[in-house]
Amino acid sequence: MPAESYLRGRKQGCPPPVMSIPNLLRAASLLIGSLLFGTANAQHAGHDKATHLDVVDSTVAVVVAADTDAPKLALEEAEHGGRFDAGKLIMGHIGDEHGWHLWGHTTLPLPVIVYNTERGISIFSSSKFDHGHKTYGGYMLHEGSIVATKAEDGTDVHHATIDEPLTKATWDISITKNVLSLFISLAILLFVFIGVAKAYTRRAGQAPTGFQNLVEPIILFVRDDVAKSAIGPKYMTFMPYLLTAFFFIFLNNLLGLVPFFPGGANLTGNIAVTLVLALITFIIVTVKGNKHYWHHILAMPGVPGWVLFILTPVEILGMFLKPFVLMIRLFANITAGHIIALSFFSLIFVFGETNAGAGYGVSVMSLAFTVFMTMLELLVAFIQAYVFTFLSAMYIGAAVEEPHHH
Amino acid sequence: MFLSVLLDLGTGYGIAALGAGLAAVGAGIGIGRIGGDAVQAMARQPEAINDLRANMILTAALVEGAAFFAMVVGLLVVLK
Repeated sequence: MPAESYLRGRKQGCPPPVMSIPNLLRAASLLIGSLLFGTANAQHAGHDKATHLDVVDSTVAVVVAADTDAPKLALEEAEHGGRFDAGKLIMGHIGDEHGWHLWGHTTLPLPVIVYNTERGISIFSSSKFDHGHKTYGGYMLHEGSIVATKAEDGTDVHHATIDEPLTKATWDISITKNVLSLFISLAILLFVFIGVAKAYTRRAGQAPTGFQNLVEPIILFVRDDVAKSAIGPKYMTFMPYLLTAFFFIFLNNLLGLVPFFPGGANLTGNIAVTLVLALITFIIVTVKGNKHYWHHILAMPGVPGWVLFILTPVEILGMFLKPFVLMIRLFANITAGHIIALSFFSLIFVFGETNAGAGYGVSVMSLAFTVFMTMLELLVAFIQAYVFTFLSAMYIGAAVEEPHHH
Repeated sequence: MFLSVLLDLGTGYGIAALGAGLAAVGAGIGIGRIGGDAVQAMARQPEAINDLRANMILTAALVEGAAFFAMVVGLLVVLK
């Protein structure tokens, strides 16, 4: 059905307006603008204490509080005479946090949910930690992760000691920055695709409108260039998974490039997320693998018996290695992109530390390089989503392929 | 600059940097060959341009994967 309405739309002379050059340029100018905005904000790291509203144990409360989260910490340290630590800034940006830095001194606190086998479950807002400075409820932040302590509430973390056995019994299942980002992208995907699916039933046989124009060419791309070419005649069974994986990765890659609130969480650059994605591919391949596929893994036909002693272990290893590489590729690609863009950006402060003039001089080149890297990442965002989907489709294709009779 | 890299060798940081650099050289050679040969193939057979492009991106991603392994190992050494 989508194909028919797509073709009809083409005949009536309404080309799908995605991926057109003006649209790309618009997105690019938006990115440049946001980068400039980011610079202005970073330089405005004054030390006026913002208002500190304390909200009683409300997990979803939005609290405006003085900000000292990891990335800003590096900048503030530089202001207090310490050396600017580019590594700390970059790792703070690509890692996960209990709180979402919005702008300046404003952070969105997120609910902390900790389960301890001895203490039971405790839920409170991450603003209780006062950005990692204080203990609360027997827990505190140590290098970004929650550890157990026996110190009283409100003790400075430098005076509290970590309780090792209790920390080992602690499970942190908080809604962190990455988890919230996952929920946001989930909401976006559901909103777009339920809307589009309804539009297809309502406007059956008519030209596509609105979001249909945006997603239809991409869906057709995944169907024709990924699923059909890699899986073959049985492709329709696997289309839901391939489309979900593609749009999930693509959207989150793009959101990771947006430097302000709904984006900037580096979700696809988190190895746990890519692990789950790769695991789903592995499960599909293993469950859907037919006799032909298992025969090729366990006892490759047409090979002398003694070679099987080497070949079968290698094939079994390959079964696990394929999803493993799938996981590493997406994780490393996105993380590397973020590290490179931030490294170019950090050059301003590294040079500015030796000489203010050098800092201003380098900032021109640095900004140009950052913009260039971000443009490249736009391309990578699409290519990695495509590569993940295509390789998944190829592995599935190998598992469901029917034997050829020569 | 180079001297400090040599001094870092003892701590493992320098070796991590060298490893990442060597992996980049390997990936550079690999992707360069893929790109060069793909462009040559496209010039010889412009009608097969779509298939060639898809295969080029796929193979480049596979080569990249090998380089990323080295990068992740380097990162693990630095971050411990």
